[in-house]
Amino acid sequence: MDISSWDGTLSSSDFCLAAHAFTEKWKRINPVLPPWSWVPQAKITMVEGYLSLENMCILRSCEVQSYSHDVRYFDFHIVYSASYRVPVLYFRTYSSDGQPLLLEDIEKELPGKSTNVLMESKWTFITQEEHPYLNRPWYKLHPCGTSEWMKLLFLTDPSLGVSQGVPVELYLSSWISMVGQAVGLKVPLEMFNKRKE
Amino acid sequence: MDVGAMGREAQKYVWEGAIPLQIHLHESEVTTLPHPSPALVLAPRMGYLPLLLPLLKPHFSSTLPPGVDTIWFEYKGLPLKWHIPTGVLFDLLCAEQERPWNLTVHFRGYPGNILTPCEGEDSVKWSFINSLKEAAYIVNGNCKNVMNMSQSDQVELWYSVLNGNMEAYQRVSSKLKLEKVGDQYVGKPNSNLLKSRTNTGETDTGGPVKTGRIPVRLYVWSVSKDFDDLEDAPQIDSWDQISYINRPVEIQREGKLRQMLHLT
Repeated sequence: MDISSWDGTLSSSDFCLAAHAFTEKWKRINPVLPPWSWVPQAKITMVEGYLSLENMCILRSCEVQSYSHDVRYFDFHIVYSASYRVPVLYFRTYSSDGQPLLLEDIEKELPGKSTNVLMESKWTFITQEEHPYLNRPWYKLHPCGTSEWMKLLFLTDPSLGVSQGVPVELYLSSWISMVGQAVGLKVPLEMFNKRKE
Repeated sequence: MDVGAMGREAQKYVWEGAIPLQIHLHESEVTTLPHPSPALVLAPRMGYLPLLLPLLKPHFSSTLPPGVDTIWFEYKGLPLKWHIPTGVLFDLLCAEQERPWNLTVHFRGYPGNILTPCEGEDSVKWSFINSLKEAAYIVNGNCKNVMNMSQSDQVELWYSVLNGNMEAYQRVSSKLKLEKVGDQYVGKPNSNLLKSRTNTGETDTGGPVKTGRIPVRLYVWSVSKDFDDLEDAPQIDSWDQISYINRPVEIQREGKLRQMLHLT
């Protein structure tokens, strides 16, 4: 199995596997953070689902005050795209009183682009689109570059140790380490550890 | 008639289709007496409701309250998703086809908690191009052909949609090579991903298989009770009653259509 011929995508069933592995690992490594949950969707006869992490509180990293307006809440959903064959991040953000926040308000606080060359705007642009299941507008991180940078990530990161091929369980941890940066979601380093305890 | 000619005939039929609309201004936005008469518009099936703004604004402008226009439409209380083509909306929501189709237009009070924002023609164009990119990705495995379109081609393509000009559209879209399904895309059975340890024993079978993928978006209205006539069909009062399936359909190279989408 040769990683150089991998196109960076995954199948729908691989996504389900990856999602369950990811959820377990997250719970194990971050017991303090809210857990991800799988939300099943029965679409006619096919059962699909998406991953949900809601009420995630992200504090402004540079401020020390405890004013409530400094606290941002996020709902993150990871939804599989059958068209692009990759996961897609949908999110919405609101203040502590439940008022939805505009992307512009939080964009200025997002980490700077200098942190990582892969955070070029062509790979991480955010738009407001309809959630595939919930009939509401959510922010979405556009998927069309995902397969390319996922392949790049696995090819160039020696710690992922992928000489035998790309393990499904690491796909989502690695993916979210990239997209999380675009929205200020920090993923602990242990999530990328390939060793099974 | 050969299959190719039948296909072109079908395309022409759809492009030339139109829905007669009778558009009423919502009464909360009527500031003058008498009430304005509804606007009668023939809307192309292959079109989008917000693009009717230049036709509707002059008709209603004298009666609108002051403020910024943010046009949106509703049918029997259901806000209409502007990114769905008019013909699809009509076929989906109007079980017993009304002619003309009676819609209500608003220029104020955009329901931003339900509908994604629409800032006029640019939003519709962006949504269209985005869908085109997705279709290109499905057929070709990448969206380079759409991303690399020249500025003039992009403009021409969009104007052909605005004006319902099929010939102009096909002139530009043929450069995108989206018809050659199954020739260019070489799919691999499953992916190259290693399954987790609990799932060993499954390996890739043989070499790559030539499959094609066709972009499909399906809107399914599920009803829980039987009815005999379409006029007895229940009303759709929420988009939650409609399932949206956005999934490519695969075709085997030999020409057999293997339906990945099971509906029963």
